[in-house]
Amino acid sequence: MTDQPPATPSAAAAPTDSSLFDYAPAPESRAIARLKPSYQIYVDGAFRDGRGEAVKTINPATEEPLAEVAEANAADVTDAVAAARRAYQGSWSTLPGAERAKYLFRIARAIQERARELAVLESLDNGKPIKESRDVDVPTAAAHFFYYAGWADKLGYAGFGPNPRPIGVAGQIIPWNFPLLMAAWKIAPALATGNTVVLKPAETTPLTALTLAEIIAECDLPPGVVNILAGGPSVGQALVEAPGVDKLAFTGSTAVGKDLQRSAAASGKRLSLELGGKAANIVFDDAAIDQAVEGIVNGIFFNQGHVCCAGSRLLVQESVHDEVVAALQDRLRTLRLGDPLDKNTDIGAINSAAQLARVRELADVGEAEGATRWSPACTLPDRGFWFPPTMFLGAHQASRIAQEEIFGPVLTVLTFRTPQEAVDKANNTPYGLSAGIWTEKGSRILWMANRLRAGVVWANTFNRFDPASPFGGYKESGFGREGGRHGLAAYLEGEL
Amino acid sequence: MASSKGKAGSGAAPASRLAVRKTYKLYIGGAFPRSESGRSYPVTDRDGTLLAHAAQGSRKDLRDAVTAARKAFAGWSGATAYNRGQVLYRIAEMMEGRHEQFVAEVRAAEGGSADAAAAQVDAAIDRWVWYAGWSDKYAQVAGGSNPVAGPYFNFSLPEPSGVVGIVAPQDSSLLGFVSVVAPALTTGNTAVVLASSERPLPAVSLTEALATSDLPGGVLNLLTGSVTELAPWLASHRDVNCLDLTGVDPADRVPLAQAAADTVKRVLAPAALDLAAEPGMSRLAAFVETKTVWHPLGV
Repeated sequence: MTDQPPATPSAAAAPTDSSLFDYAPAPESRAIARLKPSYQIYVDGAFRDGRGEAVKTINPATEEPLAEVAEANAADVTDAVAAARRAYQGSWSTLPGAERAKYLFRIARAIQERARELAVLESLDNGKPIKESRDVDVPTAAAHFFYYAGWADKLGYAGFGPNPRPIGVAGQIIPWNFPLLMAAWKIAPALATGNTVVLKPAETTPLTALTLAEIIAECDLPPGVVNILAGGPSVGQALVEAPGVDKLAFTGSTAVGKDLQRSAAASGKRLSLELGGKAANIVFDDAAIDQAVEGIVNGIFFNQGHVCCAGSRLLVQESVHDEVVAALQDRLRTLRLGDPLDKNTDIGAINSAAQLARVRELADVGEAEGATRWSPACTLPDRGFWFPPTMFLGAHQASRIAQEEIFGPVLTVLTFRTPQEAVDKANNTPYGLSAGIWTEKGSRILWMANRLRAGVVWANTFNRFDPASPFGGYKESGFGREGGRHGLAAYLEGEL
Repeated sequence: MASSKGKAGSGAAPASRLAVRKTYKLYIGGAFPRSESGRSYPVTDRDGTLLAHAAQGSRKDLRDAVTAARKAFAGWSGATAYNRGQVLYRIAEMMEGRHEQFVAEVRAAEGGSADAAAAQVDAAIDRWVWYAGWSDKYAQVAGGSNPVAGPYFNFSLPEPSGVVGIVAPQDSSLLGFVSVVAPALTTGNTAVVLASSERPLPAVSLTEALATSDLPGGVLNLLTGSVTELAPWLASHRDVNCLDLTGVDPADRVPLAQAAADTVKRVLAPAALDLAAEPGMSRLAAFVETKTVWHPLGV
């Protein structure tokens, strides 16, 4: 865009020129996040320094340190699991459901009260655009607590037998792409069903989870019901191996998920895994092309493509390939990349240097394998971790960029001729998390939806999430569901 | 037919006529091959009397069975739930007609009284009937529409996971076998099943009933032989989606469950199988995936 001097840290820069109206910078104030110089882990109802390393969490948009976090170590895991066990046996599992419900309603309300603070904090720590943290992450997190609060005293009516029982202590490990929202997805159903929790947020994004701990403390939950441990993979491994954990819930990469399943094999621990994906977004020649283009953009560029269910493979019917690609390129030229706190920003920062390296590596592989790389003209900020919206044309079904999860703003374009070919290509990965269908023909939607081996199918829409809607994968995208009535099953014993 | 005289296949025939003995073979893709390995192994009754030389399945047989199960999956999972229920009920009909044969074979395999064996056969037949009725009801109980906060219609349905590898119970040769196999098939999965190593014959005879029940070839594939030898290959096979370890001693389950993790298989490793209780829904739920579909509302 623009000849204005960049605001802190870098103004949202639309990669086009004067044919558009310029946008004045509209940044949220960083002060709203009420950043503290240091954050502590939350164990047995108290905040304390973890006994692991003290690490600095950084703003991926600027590489500036945000705060120091005293990470947990294995001994802290032992303490937290023991506290969760005491809380489980002491009161929580036998508390009347209606009382558990009221605690969850309190948490939901408290998240709403501090929504703006949480949104800014999330965008600072994660790098995602404020419009996404403000309009998706935080409100959906509150909605999750509201939804599961209402189940807590109605579990006998949920179809899992007359007297469903909790499992015990749940160890929960979540990723960095939706830090607060994933914490809500994990904690809300676990507490509603009477379990207690030890949660480990991702190492690069601990701040909103530790602020959620503050909220939980302010809501007067009994000590030990929720414990939140910042830390890296060694803390996660200690949690996986802790003998006092009865249930493990993990969201993250398929590779780590397999390690976790191996560690827990036949241990008697219940397991649910929400892993990677390589979703096909399938566009037929009769689709409403403009709407489809919006859906494709939302599918892969929402949250910089750091979404396990991202529509990272565009399968477009051959007869409309050129038309769709041209419309898509026009649309990408209008995306504004830059300061995550700017309300006009469409594309924020890549979450970490490691993830940026991974995205770059796979993009280079795409070129080396012969696909044509295209990005709009786009100025990247000087500091921080950035990757332009990118698409690959002329890729092959067997290309690594058509098979492997990139987890970044990179779209691989493939073509098909018949509906059956679209199904075959869509299903031809080890993953099965989500899929998209764009066509105006209802019978074709249902025919396709029936054959796609994926846990979520979005027809004429993409990347919609709701607490009432079950979410989870087929095949190597994991097992178990989060959300809806189905999400209760992951935290209940017995008849499923 | 060897019947009231006791041992199955032991040829209690009228003096004037020599009985025709049965060769107990594998069941793969709707056919009854011997093991490609050419191996067989002796199967005896509880007293050690020889009953038959059963086929001793190999890793190659197992891979053929998985291929057959995968090939059959589209047809079986795509059949209407009503049709699947009809086929499963037909299995009960076919078993009823061979009631005496199954009683004799169960008694030969497991010992005990004729009444006890008959009770097992009755329960096994009734179990098919129970699951046949579930076929076109399970999706209604486990699925439904979800009231999302937006202008969308959203519904969830259970779908079969794919190919299920099952290690059948080692002790209960028929009722145990049916109790683990029927629920996997009811929801539309196809299966590769390892029969009880020491008591495989009733399961082999059951496949003969399956073959005449309109169950499409490949929907259920049976291997007899050494569970110790075959189970690791079943657990590590990359085209198997689920693993049922009911028939594996808990002490031996860990390496199998670890191998299953390489392809994120759904693993069922229950503490115990209560054959007397009403089965409930947990085995139906073990090998299904929930699919959720969204569509906008609009004009």
